[in-house]
Amino acid sequence: MNAPEQVRGHSGAADEPVFQEPWEAQAFALAVALSERGIFTWAEWTQTLGATIQAATKPQDSDGSAYYQCWLKALEQLVAEKQLVAATTLATRKEAWRRAAHATPHGSPILLENDPLARS
Amino acid sequence: MSDPSNHHHHDDHDHSDNNLSEMDLRVRALESLMVEKGYVDAGAIDAIVETYETKIGPRNGAAVVAKAWSDPAFRDWLLRDATAAIASLGSTGRQGEHMVAVENTAEEHNLVVCTLCSCYPWSVLGLPPTWYKSPPYRSRAVIDPRGVLAEFGLNLPPSTRIRVWDSTAELRYLVIPRRPEGAEDLSESALAALVTRDSMIGVGLARRPSEISK
Repeated sequence: MNAPEQVRGHSGAADEPVFQEPWEAQAFALAVALSERGIFTWAEWTQTLGATIQAATKPQDSDGSAYYQCWLKALEQLVAEKQLVAATTLATRKEAWRRAAHATPHGSPILLENDPLARS
Repeated sequence: MSDPSNHHHHDDHDHSDNNLSEMDLRVRALESLMVEKGYVDAGAIDAIVETYETKIGPRNGAAVVAKAWSDPAFRDWLLRDATAAIASLGSTGRQGEHMVAVENTAEEHNLVVCTLCSCYPWSVLGLPPTWYKSPPYRSRAVIDPRGVLAEFGLNLPPSTRIRVWDSTAELRYLVIPRRPEGAEDLSESALAALVTRDSMIGVGLARRPSEISK
């Protein structure tokens, strides 16, 4: 029986996948790619990520599942701070993806072009 | 068709075929805009994902440790300038971080953590395991390293000192585990097979040859 705060938890297998879900991989790679392009430095990144984790951590999050949620939140924040994209633009685009997903038949790749409101 | 009791976590559920999670939507929104604005290209993102999913993993670090075990000159170089020694074997950090190698001995055991945000020596170990990123490990490795190690099944003699190394964006640590008994005559590649990811973080020991003989 694992105590909730036990470190190793249930997911300590050495061969566990590095990402639990595809979006985690995309978020991870996006941050790495942006820093490699010099959009922000890695020190800036870890500072923002660290602060986000600090603010978000719940004591019960013993499986680390909130980690990439923080990762994405930090990325959105840094991108906003750098004024690369406005928050409203981001929110609009997110809804476009939602509509595109809904309009895409099951089994087909979800493309932004599938958003019924996308192209006039 | 879709049964509302079947949905994942907090996702909105409705009747359509494709429901992306909120997280998925947010990543797609951000990524597509970054690509359109030319801050990144989609191919680079895919390449990074592929690299970390399939190409970079703890085997890189294991090769470094095996060489340090078999080549005293390399070991000295590794302890003196880990960044250069590791780069000579083909692993370089993406963020230009400095590597520091810390060697376990009978007197001293090294344990690596990142209390801030899970900085990790990606170039030699791949991406960190889930527990490394978890709040309990990040906080307790510093406060109670001996207790944490015991949870990993590693009970060190009380006389062994434990040093905890807190990684930063600029500084990442690689633990050189102790060379196990019975591994004197092994080749470098056979030695590398004894070196586990956990042993290079410091929450485990290298395996003995008898543990992996088939």
